Amino acid sequence: MTPILEARNLTKRFGGVTALNNVSFELFPGEVLALAGDNGAGKSTLIKCISGVHLPEEGQIFLEGKEVRFSNPREARAAGIETIYQDLSLADNLDVGANVFLGREPMRRRLGLPMLDRAKMRSEASTVLDTLDIQTALDRPVNALSGGQRQAVAIGRAIYWKARLLIMDEPTAALGVPEQRKVVELIHRLKAQGVAIIFISHNLGDIFAVADRILVLLRGSKAGERKASETHGDEIVKLMVGA
Amino acid sequence: MNDVRRSSPFLRWLARAWSWLFLLFMILFFEVWARASFNATFLFNPTNIQSILLAAVQPLLLALGQTLVIIAGGIDLSVGFTVGLAAVVSARVMQNFDPLMPAALSFALACPIALLAGLGVGAVNGFLVARLNVPPFIGTLGMYGVARGLGFLAAAGNTVPTDNPVNSAMGNGFLFGLIPIPVLVTAVVVLVMHYVLSQTKFGQYTYAIGGNRQAAVRAGINVTRHTMQLYLITALLAGLAGLIYTGRFTAGAAQAGEPTLLDSIAAVVIGGASLFGGAGTITGTVIGALIIAVIQFGLVFINVQPFWQFIAVGLVIILSVLVDQSKSQVVKS
Ligand SMILES: Nc1ncnc2c1ncn2[C@@H]1O[C@H](COP(=O)(O)OP(=O)(O)OP(=O)(O)O)[C@@H](O)[C@H]1O
Ligand SMILES: [Mg+2]
Repeated sequence: MTPILEARNLTKRFGGVTALNNVSFELFPGEVLALAGDNGAGKSTLIKCISGVHLPEEGQIFLEGKEVRFSNPREARAAGIETIYQDLSLADNLDVGANVFLGREPMRRRLGLPMLDRAKMRSEASTVLDTLDIQTALDRPVNALSGGQRQAVAIGRAIYWKARLLIMDEPTAALGVPEQRKVVELIHRLKAQGVAIIFISHNLGDIFAVADRILVLLRGSKAGERKASETHGDEIVKLMVGA
Repeated sequence: MNDVRRSSPFLRWLARAWSWLFLLFMILFFEVWARASFNATFLFNPTNIQSILLAAVQPLLLALGQTLVIIAGGIDLSVGFTVGLAAVVSARVMQNFDPLMPAALSFALACPIALLAGLGVGAVNGFLVARLNVPPFIGTLGMYGVARGLGFLAAAGNTVPTDNPVNSAMGNGFLFGLIPIPVLVTAVVVLVMHYVLSQTKFGQYTYAIGGNRQAAVRAGINVTRHTMQLYLITALLAGLAGLIYTGRFTAGAAQAGEPTLLDSIAAVVIGGASLFGGAGTITGTVIGALIIAVIQFGLVFINVQPFWQFIAVGLVIILSVLVDQSKSQVVKS
């Protein structure tokens, strides 16, 4: 079976800082890979190299066996990689529908002119939020929403576009306990549909609830990789702190 | 969230409609004053309306482009002298070509050349801001100086007269003997800009860039190219304003647009745009430009010393920002 994603020897530097050092991993369809590591370990940097935000200085990325090189996030999205960023990436001044469809707005014709199909954006956004069991005002700018609701919008956007590979950078960090459960449930559902998921979290409970494999980063390097069924929290923590 | 629904519908309506109401109030004020003190009408005199609209043409053309730039989180300080540069260039072209060819042809040549001169300024602005990441305030301030110098050089320090009859007919003619042609042209631009901003992806991306630039980039929007285009649009409209100036006054002048730069920014702000980016509309800007034009014309009409208009417009700007701040509290709280 070819992995849906393979990263080989990725290295990314910011000036003098080596944020990511020679990291390799594989990911198979329907598999959940958790990235663990201390603050600043390089987790976000790793996923940004895959989602087209950063171009790694060294290393290669293969999507279903073919080498890819994303020079911007648009190319990664076009290849079926959706990302929920730690800092969410919502346009606060736009409403929920506009955010779900940002960059891929549906159009319709009126009076012979192409116009944004706001009604469609709103109704599709409402449908996708319903699947997440989230109720929010759809006609308000998202800066009027709570942290959890904003998170739901970002997740809704990613699942609406039917990603083959979904990257979630701390998707549960801003959420209350019931919403965290919902996200975990959702990950199981997407996994069952064959979506591959990279999941970053500081919460070992969440990690063990969803992950098939756990990759631990330490100061930019890979400290270890374990099957979730063959390890336990203590071992992961030891890898995280380099003990 | 529930608070939004709890805040009084009247307050929310007022927050949205205040600039319309204010315009209405200004017109009523001058009407009452005119009737009371010299038994004349302010509003129901077509000449007055034509004068107000004509006075609004230049600041509005500048403000329309400025609206987009400001929504995207930028600002363009160079538009005033881009008007002047384009005005001088068009007058110069006609001066030189009128003896060689029919007036219509010479005018038809002057238009694209003057617009290109304007676009040149916009291209540099766009390059500085979008590619070299120069802060918009600084980059366009630099081009304010460059366009100013180029305008005066091209005009050799003088006004540049032209007696091209087509030019003057376009600047001073009327449609159906009623609607001044510059007003008609501006109205068409208003409609196009309103459509672009409110109904197209281009407009949506303009808001997104102003709301969260990084989100726009990650959503796959080509923010660099988009920003370039915004400054080109502003410059194109400034060039158009320059052409109209040369038409109306049958002469180009490097300082043609100098006094309206700040009026144009004021119109955008009164219209509800945020200088932090992310908010604003074309209808708001049109209302803002009309409010300024009504105040300026109205004060002259009722024989108040013209200097009062600066004070009045200044106060309206401050008032509009205060309303805007309480508006966001109404919406958020
Ligand atoms: N754009 C950037 N420019 C410069 N340095 C950066 C940049 N992004 C990340 N870094 C640095 O790279 C290192 C790894 O950061 P990264 O954000 O990947 O950590 P992380 O594992 O996601 O941490 P956290 O758990 O706090 O989110 C840090 O030292 C950080 O300061
Ligand atoms: Mg991170």
